[in-house]
Amino acid sequence: MRENAVLEMRNICKSFPGVKALQNVDFTLCEGEVHALMGENGAGKSTLIKVLTGVYTKDSGQVYIKGSDKAVNIKSPQDAQKSGISTVYQEITLCPNLTVAENIYIGREKGMLLNWKKRNAEAEKVLSSLGINVKPTQQLASCSIAVQQMVAIARAVDMECKVLILDEPTSSLDESEVAKLFTLMRQLKARGVGIIFVTHFLDQVYEICDKITVLRDGTLVGEYEISELPRVQLVSKMLGKELDDMSDIKGDSTASIDMESAPVFEGEGLVSDQGIKPFDFHIRKGEVNGFTGLLGSGRSECVRTIFGADRILGGKVKMNGKSVKITKPIDAMKNGIAYLSEDRKRDGIVGDLSVRENIILALQVKKGFFKPFTKAQANKFAEEYIKLLDIKTASANTPIKSLSGGNQQKVLIARWLLTHPEYLILDEPTRGIDVGTKIDIQKLVLKLASEGMSVTFISSETDEMLRTCSRLVVMRDGKVVGELSGEDLTQNKIMSTIAGGEE
Amino acid sequence: MSTKAQKSSALDILKKILSNQIFIPISALLILTIVNLIVDPSFFEISLGYSSDGNPVLSGYLMTIIDYGSELAILAIGMTLVTAASGGQDISVGAAIAIAGSVILRVLCGTETSPETIQAPIIVAFLVSVLVAMAFGAFNGVLVAYFRIQPMVATLILFTAGRSIAAWINNNQLPIVNDETFTYFGGFIPGIPIPTPFFIAIACIIVTALVLKFTNLGLYVQSVGINEQSSRLNGLNPKFIKFITFVILGICVAVAGLIKVSRLSTINYSVIAKDIEMDAILAVALGGNVLSGGKFSITSSILGAYVIQFLTTTLYKFEVQSAALSAYKAIVVIILVVISAPVVREKASAIWKKLVNKKAAAKQAG
Repeated sequence: MRENAVLEMRNICKSFPGVKALQNVDFTLCEGEVHALMGENGAGKSTLIKVLTGVYTKDSGQVYIKGSDKAVNIKSPQDAQKSGISTVYQEITLCPNLTVAENIYIGREKGMLLNWKKRNAEAEKVLSSLGINVKPTQQLASCSIAVQQMVAIARAVDMECKVLILDEPTSSLDESEVAKLFTLMRQLKARGVGIIFVTHFLDQVYEICDKITVLRDGTLVGEYEISELPRVQLVSKMLGKELDDMSDIKGDSTASIDMESAPVFEGEGLVSDQGIKPFDFHIRKGEVNGFTGLLGSGRSECVRTIFGADRILGGKVKMNGKSVKITKPIDAMKNGIAYLSEDRKRDGIVGDLSVRENIILALQVKKGFFKPFTKAQANKFAEEYIKLLDIKTASANTPIKSLSGGNQQKVLIARWLLTHPEYLILDEPTRGIDVGTKIDIQKLVLKLASEGMSVTFISSETDEMLRTCSRLVVMRDGKVVGELSGEDLTQNKIMSTIAGGEE
Repeated sequence: MSTKAQKSSALDILKKILSNQIFIPISALLILTIVNLIVDPSFFEISLGYSSDGNPVLSGYLMTIIDYGSELAILAIGMTLVTAASGGQDISVGAAIAIAGSVILRVLCGTETSPETIQAPIIVAFLVSVLVAMAFGAFNGVLVAYFRIQPMVATLILFTAGRSIAAWINNNQLPIVNDETFTYFGGFIPGIPIPTPFFIAIACIIVTALVLKFTNLGLYVQSVGINEQSSRLNGLNPKFIKFITFVILGICVAVAGLIKVSRLSTINYSVIAKDIEMDAILAVALGGNVLSGGKFSITSSILGAYVIQFLTTTLYKFEVQSAALSAYKAIVVIILVVISAPVVREKASAIWKKLVNKKAAAKQAG
């Protein structure tokens, strides 16, 4: 083992039917180091993590952990925990209806009797030593996601973990919460914990990490000191090719907007039961616009209102100048609106169904109960869009849940493109997917707009929106607080509008 | 090289068969057949006899299976849909059959207990019972879909009350139908030696197949069963789809009810279709359908239904006391279900893989 290494993985191989997910991958983690594990979707990051945490059994290779000379055999998550490996996932895996202290100690009780008073006091100590501001007796569900994540980390710390894996911990946090998480990570680093950090946010990698290991197509590309690997290099290593010039994407996106005819969609006083204030909104043919604002500012709720996804409490809607009524998704679909939802897993995919069925679902529902597509038709649609969007799947028959995140997203985009919408709403289409696919999606949006489709594009990465949108609706606390277009479309202007206050 | 490729493709095909849902009921059927062949091949004898009024009638254990398995198969169709959409089961089907049967007798006999002639055409009686059974299905459906009550709990209400309602419909009388044609549905049509329930089941299966082919029922039910949220955002109405599966099960219940009362030409409220809900649920499970909803195969469930009847009949043949029957059935079912559990199958295929690899290695070494 390398000196001061806490974890070494050597020649790890793992294959699934038809896919070699990992081929001879090495990975080394040192004491007191934050180590980013980077790669596109399907590069093998998750597989490597799952091998390390005992969710999958490796086909071959060795894992060494500080404190034992022999290779350890991790066969289950319990084994991993005993070896000092703890994981905090993107989705919280604690019990929401238990208290914070209970969550920290659950499953680790010794003996039959418990002294909860003592436990709470101990929990208090752990939490305060980590600077987590929460009462041990508080119910976990009542804490914010960020605090829940920190409690999960506290649990790991209390178990004296040597290796802490953070799998996309920041994707549902806002900026201040991320900052808090980073403070916590720095503290753990000082204690000598080795941290593996998996994320898609490049900024965060450069802010907190010491080393980067890059994977591509299940093989190791290399391990780098952060100071030796500029961003462009990192991205090109992840993609395995030089990156297109991103600034290329933005053409003159206002050119395709049809200012003459009535707006494709025009809403007045729209409001749903999700706590947003009534808002007005319109979009013209060929226009790309966006909703921006901090997490929880109501941008998703707005587009969900447009699509009728939540309970609609009021508002008037006109499509192409004609009054229509949209109270549920099928109304919106019949009027040519398509909505790619924010939460892919919960609101998007139908996991056990095949890629083909997932692609045709929306069009099929729109067409009607008594008019099913023939198998040949469905196959034709599926093949067409698998090719068009370059969806990587074994076949159209593969269940969608076995695809990587980016490819699942492409299937869902295919689903909505197939309905040939006049107005397409994409809510965070690029969240949690790799850089290559992100650029593909942005290009696609601009191409669709140039062909006359109206698109609403929401992303938590502002530069992505600046690149694609010609008009931004800015939201704060459930209210529309501004609209930016033309010269005003700059990072600074957006920030100041979101923040409010006069300049 | 080519032999290797062939071998691997043969393995793939084997794998495909093993991973196919229908493999479970088929293998269960094979095992039962083999056991019976070994113990007593006379199990499979079919003899042509004549009924008391001189009509040809086939008899034998196999006939019993297709006769009684058919009512189960009809129920399994509806139960599969309910399971797939709602992720739960309807335990009130036995009680609902009592109600449907009671309605048929009420319409046929009117207020008399044993009229000389029937008071209404059989088809009318049947249609009325279909409507009533659909209404009770709708009751369950509303509780499950709109009030979001656990299906087992929701249907527990009708499970408890159903037989009393059935008795109340006929003022607790036991009406007797004295019409020859009424016995055809649960017995034999003159000149045709195969039990009628089998044809009724085939008709139901054909109708189901047509519905699945010419509508999106299958896709919608599976979508809702797998991911209700996504389905809603794709324009489906998950509540209505769950609701409708219970109504469809209601239709199946009415058909099964007709067969049941036709067998006796009368009814016994507390015994008719007793425990049939458990067999129907077992048929769904044995068909390899996930009881928590999602993807389904009606073909597998139907086969499962006949397998269960096969098992019951086999046990009867071994002169197992009817009171002890359930215990024996439970043992066999435990074995079948454990064998077909994904965990066990994965382990088995891993062991199989190891064996094959070892053999290959040995071959190479040699």
